[in-house]
This record gives sequence, C-alpha cells and structure tokens, in this order.
Amino acid sequence: MDRSSRRRFLSLTCKWGFWSFGVVPALSALMAGCKTMDSLSKSVPSIQIGGVSIDTKTIADNTKLVAHSFEDITPEQEYYIGRTVGAVILQKYQPYNNQKSNTYINVMGQMLAQASERPETFGGYRFLILDSDEINAYAAPGGLIFLSRGILRCCPNEDAVAAVLAHEIGHVQHQDGLRAIKQSRLTTALTSLAITGAKTYTNEDLSKLTAVFEESISDITKTLIVTGYSRSLEYQADVAALEILQRAGYNPKGLVVMLDQMKTQLKPGRPDFAKTHPLPDNRLAEIQKQTAMYPDVKSPKARQARFNDALKSV
Amino acid sequence: MQKMMSIQVKNGVVRSNPSFLGKIVAQLPYGDRVSVQAAQGAWYLVKNPKGSPDGWMHSSALSVKKIVLKPGASDVEQAASSDEITLAGKGFNQEVEKDFKSKNPQVDFTWVNKMENMVVSQNQITAFIKEGQLTPKGEK
Repeated sequence: MDRSSRRRFLSLTCKWGFWSFGVVPALSALMAGCKTMDSLSKSVPSIQIGGVSIDTKTIADNTKLVAHSFEDITPEQEYYIGRTVGAVILQKYQPYNNQKSNTYINVMGQMLAQASERPETFGGYRFLILDSDEINAYAAPGGLIFLSRGILRCCPNEDAVAAVLAHEIGHVQHQDGLRAIKQSRLTTALTSLAITGAKTYTNEDLSKLTAVFEESISDITKTLIVTGYSRSLEYQADVAALEILQRAGYNPKGLVVMLDQMKTQLKPGRPDFAKTHPLPDNRLAEIQKQTAMYPDVKSPKARQARFNDALKSV
Repeated sequence: MQKMMSIQVKNGVVRSNPSFLGKIVAQLPYGDRVSVQAAQGAWYLVKNPKGSPDGWMHSSALSVKKIVLKPGASDVEQAASSDEITLAGKGFNQEVEKDFKSKNPQVDFTWVNKMENMVVSQNQITAFIKEGQLTPKGEK
C-alpha cells in the first residue's frame, strides 16, 4: 500500500474500527485510551500492530474526532441530550399545569440566567414546575430546569425561589449533567462524528449512535434522580447561585432562608434531596462565610405580593 | 482585535449595548460567522460580513471554532486534523432523537416541546425587575 492509500485505509479503520471492521482490537484499545494519543504521536513515529507499521500521526489526527472529555460535546448536541433527559424526568413526574405559576418561574429564571456566566445556551433556559410533594429540582443539560411543588414550599419569599433556580442554573453553567456521562460513551459517540460526509446516517450507524445516546441519557438521569452529584459539585452550584443572586439584585441570603426551611421539611430516607444532596446544614456551613455579610431577607411589598399571588396554589 | 467567531446557539441575538437590556438590532442563525471588533466584559462587539447591523453579543453565544453546517467528506477530513472546526448536525442530533423516540415510544416529549415555547421577552424581564424593585448589579 502506498502511503496515501494506507492513510486512507487507516483513516477508515479508525473511523469504523469499533463497529464495522472489528479487525483491529489493538487500535480500538488505543482509541479508547485516546488521551495518550497526543503524547504518543510526539514521541513515537510509528507503532506495530499485527505486524503492520502504523503511522501514529494518522491515528492521532483521527482520534482528534474522539471526545477527550464532556467539553467536546457541542452546545447543539447538549441541547438534544437535554431534551431527552427532560422527557425522561417527565416520565416520572406530572407537570404542574398552572400557567401563572410557570410563567412567573420562567420570567424569574430567564432573568437569573442572564445574570449567570452562561446566559446563552443552544436552545435557551426554560423552567417547569413538577406536580410532586418531593423536595426536588433537576437541571437537564442545556437549560431545561424542573422544580417540584415540594421544593417551592420550602420558599417563603421570592429571594428563596430565586436561590433554587440560581442553584440549578449553576449546574447548567458548569455542565454538571454532561460530566455524568461515562467517558466510554463519549469515546464511542464522538467516533461516530467521523462517519464521513454522508448527510444522513445509515440505519446501522444510527442504531449504534442511538444506543450510545440512550446510555448517555441513562448516565445523566441516574445521577440526577438516584445517586446525585458529588458534594463538591453541589457546593460549587451553591457558590454560583450566590453570585447569580447578587448580580440579579436578590439577597444571596435567599439561599440560607430556603435551606433553613428545607431542613425542617426534609424527611430522611426519601428519594429526593434527602438522598441526592448534601444535608442543608452542611450546605449552610459551606456558604456561611459568603452569606454572613448580608442582612436578613426583606422583600419589598410588591415583590412579596406577586410571589404570594403566583405561587398561592403551589 | 479582530477575530472571527461563530454563532453557537440556535438564535444569536445582537444588541445595541453590551447588556441584555440593549435593544435587539439583529438575530443571526446558528453557524453564522461574525468578526469581533471589541470586547467589554463578557460582551463582544460584532460585525456580520453579510451586512446586518453591528452590535453586541454575549460571549456564551459565540465559539472560536468554525461551525460547518452541512459537512461533507472534506470537512470531516479537515475537522480530523484541526481543533478549529466543529461539524454541525453530527453526533447526537434531531435524527438520533427521532430514532430514540421510535425505540422508546413511552417517553413523551409533549411537555418538553411546550417548555420550548415558554419564551420570555426582554420586555417581560424588564417589567419583572421594575415591579420587584430589583437592582441588578450588572451582568458579567
């Protein structure tokens, strides 16, 4: 094989190796460990696989199409992941179909998102109340945010509601949902990006890609609903919330008010924030330094009145 | 400062001032290229080579990468050797969502679609800020 046709062959093998050819397990193993590829290509000009000398630069070039981390997921793909995560969450919960309450939450939420570090996502931020007594809230990648009636009942004023929304915006801003996707899915999924020029996938490609998509969705929803994020991601979302609240003109102590209420209402063992989040006391201790300087929350009359009106039936 | 950037959101909103309160002067589609003339905080003053009015965009709506909307074989090859190119519509896309739906008919997207329609105007937000006597400390 001359150099250029060998490159083409290898390039195809790299692109399709996982699925179609299956001829180069060693190559697949290399691709799975793609983080090492850049350094490999610098130090070793070629490697031997099955008696064939392979130009590592070619492999490195092709593996650039492979995701190194969740950060390689484009906002467009994040949007599609988020839509399906949202739909899966809505399998478990009924929406709270009250236009007044949902509009209130959306106007407030989008205002808060504008005060965040990531105001623009591919499809934008949207908010929906779930008809559930659980104390719960979820942020799907890209900005679809869900909060239960139960968590709204932990909020005696608008600043506290804003704190719940701002915490979830913090998760979107930090792309915590995408972080929950296992590395192996990314490696496989983003290899499929290499499926060349074809405007549409073949049925087989599509099935494989959809399978990885399903697994990725399940990684995220399991984390959101069952296991929860790590403590440090939760604390970081609280810190982001304080900053968003402050920038938007709310009292960051709204978060303290909400956590104090949540403390009295959480029931140990329930499959909600009691299970997926650090205890309110621990969260309060983490943010104590940043919130101590603020006065107690005192909503102006008009703000309290619209809060009461919009969420009275919640 | 003059670098080219791409709109990485569905609807790239261009405003008269570096603020969400600025008047909307143009809306640019996903993948469009703009040239950045100046920066102020997280806002970029952009010029659209296609001639729509100049204005400010929030940096989170922009990517330094070139976004190829309908990638062909040569784009894929180029993307393979460059960190500067993103292929639109590849990977998890509308087609994958459609396939997911056909394989998981029990997963209902009705309310996700309804959520997408819960669009809030900047006027609503401005009125909300005023009514609630909020004093934003400025955006980042």
